[in-house]
Amino acid sequence: MRRCLVQETGTLLQQSGVKQVNSVFFGGGTPSLALPHTLEAVLEVISQHALLPADAEVTLEANPSSTETEKLREFKAAGINRLSLGVQAFNPSDLQLLGRDHSVEDSLRALQEGRTLFPGRVSVDLIFGRPRQTVESWQGELKQALSVCDDHVSLYQLTLERGTALFRQVEKKQQTVPDPDTMAELYACARGTLQDAGFRQYEVSNFARNGAESSHNLSYWRGKQYIGVGPGAHGRFASRGVGQTVREARIQTLEPQQWMGQVERLGHATVKRTSLSQLDILEEILMLGLRTTEGLTDERWQQFSGGASLHDIFGTSEAVQGFINAGLLEFSHSVLKVTPSGLAVLDSLVPDLLLATQEFCRGRCDGDFTGLHQTSGRAE
Amino acid sequence: MFLQAAWVKVGWEWVAMGHVDFNYEVSRSLAACQGVLLLVDANQGVQAQTVANFYLAFEAELAIIPVINKIDLKQADVESTEEQMRRLFDFKNEDFFKISAKLGINCSEILDAVIQRIPPPNSDHSKPWKALLFDSTYNHFRGAVTNVAVIDGKVQQGDKISSAHSNKSYEVQEVGIMSPDQQSTQELHAGQVGYLIAGMKSIQEARIGDTLHLSASPVEPLPGFKPAKPMVFGGIFPMDQSEYRDLKVAVDRLTLNDSSVTVAKDSSAALGLGFRLGFLGLLHMEVFNQRLEQEYNATAIATTPSVPCKARLSSEKLIKQYRTDEITIYSPAEFPEKKDVAEYLEPIVMGTIITPDVHLNKIFSLCETKRGEQVDFTYIDTSRVLLKYKLPLNEIVVDFYDLLKSITSGYASFDYEDHSYEPAELVKLDILLNGQVINELSTIVHKDKAYSVGKSLASKLKNVIPRQLYEVIIQAALGGKVIARETIKAYKKNVLAKCYGGDISRKMKLLKRQAEGKKRMKKIGNVDIPKDAFISVLKR
Repeated sequence: MRRCLVQETGTLLQQSGVKQVNSVFFGGGTPSLALPHTLEAVLEVISQHALLPADAEVTLEANPSSTETEKLREFKAAGINRLSLGVQAFNPSDLQLLGRDHSVEDSLRALQEGRTLFPGRVSVDLIFGRPRQTVESWQGELKQALSVCDDHVSLYQLTLERGTALFRQVEKKQQTVPDPDTMAELYACARGTLQDAGFRQYEVSNFARNGAESSHNLSYWRGKQYIGVGPGAHGRFASRGVGQTVREARIQTLEPQQWMGQVERLGHATVKRTSLSQLDILEEILMLGLRTTEGLTDERWQQFSGGASLHDIFGTSEAVQGFINAGLLEFSHSVLKVTPSGLAVLDSLVPDLLLATQEFCRGRCDGDFTGLHQTSGRAE
Repeated sequence: MFLQAAWVKVGWEWVAMGHVDFNYEVSRSLAACQGVLLLVDANQGVQAQTVANFYLAFEAELAIIPVINKIDLKQADVESTEEQMRRLFDFKNEDFFKISAKLGINCSEILDAVIQRIPPPNSDHSKPWKALLFDSTYNHFRGAVTNVAVIDGKVQQGDKISSAHSNKSYEVQEVGIMSPDQQSTQELHAGQVGYLIAGMKSIQEARIGDTLHLSASPVEPLPGFKPAKPMVFGGIFPMDQSEYRDLKVAVDRLTLNDSSVTVAKDSSAALGLGFRLGFLGLLHMEVFNQRLEQEYNATAIATTPSVPCKARLSSEKLIKQYRTDEITIYSPAEFPEKKDVAEYLEPIVMGTIITPDVHLNKIFSLCETKRGEQVDFTYIDTSRVLLKYKLPLNEIVVDFYDLLKSITSGYASFDYEDHSYEPAELVKLDILLNGQVINELSTIVHKDKAYSVGKSLASKLKNVIPRQLYEVIIQAALGGKVIARETIKAYKKNVLAKCYGGDISRKMKLLKRQAEGKKRMKKIGNVDIPKDAFISVLKR
């Protein structure tokens, strides 16, 4: 596994031709179960192919279980400098309901250890919208979280995944999740509580204080390139040397055994490469940019729009004007961004903005505006 | 021989179309006959349709032979059936034939009775040919195939004939009798009923009730029939606009064989292009829609049926504009304002219900909610009752029959005939979304029903319009007065929490699909209404 990760990292870095890697994120599943040595080897191969600055953000996603906590010191030695802890809840019965192996005490211990090792650089994941959760109980839990957390909180609404025990229970009506209005209240309550504690919301589900924003995650939302390594990883980058500099969407083989086999044979296991049209890219940076409180700048937009400004595209849209009038969207100083109330209903804003973008691109009729996906299939 | 031909023809009409909507067709056929067999199922007794058909034949002054069929069945109650028919229709004991068509019991006696009791047609072989056109079908290769009853003279292949109505001339290509299939003959002569093919290109040329004669010898036309008047209107729209042409072809083909359906193009902002069809009645509409689906495989959205009402105008300006002081209103858009109207009129039917008396109370209250007025109540045997009700057609077009069947476990039978137009306090009910009137949802209702209809439409809409970014206020209003209101609260939160690496593609896909969906929605102000929402409200 280690050999394959190292191999694929090297191959993809080479294909991308990037000169500098600004951040690394070991996430998805439980990378903290891996040996610290493995991560060290990956970081090393990155340094061989590109510049990895000494202060580059290197995050590890970890569960607060005791075995993983014990290894944190070693991970730090391996090069990790930021920790994202999947605490999820400060309530024993909910942890059980969510199918978590750790206890509240585990979380407290992991947080203490993490904050000692990575002061100011520990993030806590919390899940809301749990069965029978009320605003009152949530408020209490947030208070507890704030008393022990560091400077970063990620806040996720529970999504019921098919195949989980909880999904089945809800389906059979043995459990009920909060209704949409309560869900909205839970979210609003968390936003308010975190703000009162000095946190600034910088994205739909991310809050930071003292400059502890995750630069890695910000890169996604700012439309930067990223390389996905490992089974099922997604990437967005332009390959160099294949006669094109078009940005592509890449997906690596999902099944670990197959993934390893392919990496061993081909050096990487990209299972799907899709060239992104200008429209695809614009749609993506629009959707992602609006998730942030900094919004979408005209400068970034024009990098991909071939010179058309945000105003050219959204200035005449009736829907956009409606959103602005309703206090959901702001468009000033060449920045398009949602207001705090707009952020909560972003998914209802984006479709209309996508339509405006599509309409504009169709009007241009340029070859590269067709929005056609050229799938080159399995990479050689 | 000619008697048999008429019998076959009429017999079929009675079995297949013994329903009020086809009164018109039945009465057409009756005009070509001298006598009828009134068949009643001993298992079911007299049905509402039996009464209607009896009176059609009675008024046409035909000889009527009562026949009680299915006497072989275990549940057959021949006694009661006979008693019902005696009470209702004044038959005498010796009039009845009690048969089993299935086992052939007493069937041959009927043929003898037909010859004895039914008078020969009043016709003259020596006069020039004269025939009544009483039905027609369309044949793709031969044009209109007409059914005619010959009154006088004779006709044969090659004769030049004319229509008394249009004065158009045709050459007879083929004549024959129905036995029961078409069987060509040398000629058709006085007293015979048969078919005639004369190169009429469309079914509209073969005008039902027309008198045909030899071109060389014009005759005094027969009284003929009034053209069939559609009384129930319903919209038909393709599921998808790309299927409009297929639907058009299907509708065209079906109407070729049924000239009583009126067709007008219709367009709705919500449902796109379609048709507004006029039918003789409910069953007619039902049959037509079913055939549309079965024979042409066209899936279509059928909208809630409506009936034509009338208005007596008081406004000089409107009278001038319409050049009449009484107008017929086919759609809510044509509904004149109250200030311009002396009175509104709605179509009333005379409904006949025959039911076991145990269900009477439930039927009384059903008819009352449908604004019915009882005009007759008769026990036709010890336990069965015949009820006559004047009912507004508008009240029975949607679910009256279904309700009647369900409250009587299927034991009541119902039939109706057009009766009159009577003054009614009609109002136009508008539906507003965020203050904007949605034209396709407007309806004409009786004042007393406005509140309940408005409330139910508003709550139906509340259930089918998804929650959205902006609050949606649904109102039902009469003129400017709101009588019902529902609110769909705006989303407070609609954003999925997680969006990193692999989530991005998934999320993008979802949002793009929503954007696609928005294109198919109808925007009313800042409200997006899915097409399905309209359909579920407009659909029957």
